[in-house]
Amino acid sequence: MPPTPPARVLVIVPAWNEQDSVVATINEIRTTNPSIDVLVIDDGSLDATAQRAAAAGALVCRLPFNLGVGGAMRAGFRYAQRHDYDVAVQVDADGQHDPSYLPTLVAALDDADVVIGSRFAGPDATYTVRGPRRWAMVLLGRVLSRLAHTTVNDATSGFRAADRRAIGVFAAHYPAEYLGDTVESLVIALRTGCTIRQVPVQMRPRTAGTASASPVRAAIYLFRAVVALTLALVRRWPTQVAANEPVGQAVDTTVTLPAGQSVGRP
Amino acid sequence: MGANLLGLAMAVAILVTLFEMLRRHRLREKYALIWFLIALAAVVVAVFPGLLGWATDLLGLSLPSNLLFFVASVVLLLLTLQHSYELGRLEERTRTLAEEVGLLRLEIQRATGEDDTEVQQAR
Repeated sequence: MPPTPPARVLVIVPAWNEQDSVVATINEIRTTNPSIDVLVIDDGSLDATAQRAAAAGALVCRLPFNLGVGGAMRAGFRYAQRHDYDVAVQVDADGQHDPSYLPTLVAALDDADVVIGSRFAGPDATYTVRGPRRWAMVLLGRVLSRLAHTTVNDATSGFRAADRRAIGVFAAHYPAEYLGDTVESLVIALRTGCTIRQVPVQMRPRTAGTASASPVRAAIYLFRAVVALTLALVRRWPTQVAANEPVGQAVDTTVTLPAGQSVGRP
Repeated sequence: MGANLLGLAMAVAILVTLFEMLRRHRLREKYALIWFLIALAAVVVAVFPGLLGWATDLLGLSLPSNLLFFVASVVLLLLTLQHSYELGRLEERTRTLAEEVGLLRLEIQRATGEDDTEVQQAR
């Protein structure tokens, strides 16, 4: 086999009103990983997120209005697919995700299509949650681990890398609903034949904004997690078509056509 | 038979409204069809009230008005459900368009080297 050239990696940063942390995030990615392209998806921000991200040297895709993380990420995956990237990595703009883990995530793609940076993996995992939020995470972890035939105990982690195959799947099908962007996307990846593995990461406290911690919010979170997971499991996906589609070159994303039907493109 | 006259008047009003909305391009045929059928059914029931009584006996109900209300609520439920479905479909299309607009703006900026930030700020 000829030596493989280094993978072209795109970091996708979904950002909604993150003007206070987006520049630091971009700078950190660029200093720790100079060869990586950074694409900020400005998800309809009302502040100066887009301007500051562009000034910091990132590619900036401005969505006309807020779509949520799922919409921002699908736009990012479509960009990655059209520009022929080998790897797309999601890094949140709030400073939670440490870019020094990027090489670890990308390297783990050698034997998986999707790599999740897990807060609960590894011997020195210090991240803990309590109450209904913890039950939700345990439940999600158990079900997804069973589906994936490997331990996936941090299903809601947004710190993840996707290879060409997974980019193709996510460019066509990336859920927009709350928790769909994390939980359901993993189910879609599995059902379309992608393999998943996790690597331990440490996440930092957010530099801006706060995680919801009240018991009522946690209970609602549990409820929505169960709903999202159940829906993801019973929904139909065009599994065979998407899995067999040549992934990476195709600009056209109409993968749901019935077999034998021509789309009139060369 | 005041109730029958009322029903007939409502049905005719719906039919006239439908025609007027279609004529002014305010309603698409696919939505007009279901309303046309509903108005037609209302006309039939208003003109032949015996039909409602016959159907009530057939189903073992005691009051014809109960059957009328039941059918009406089921029809409205189905219509609302269909609208929710259409809404979801439109939202998905809007989302796809929004993503494409964002990506196209990025491509234009990359091709021309011009930043459209000022345009956005002026908006």
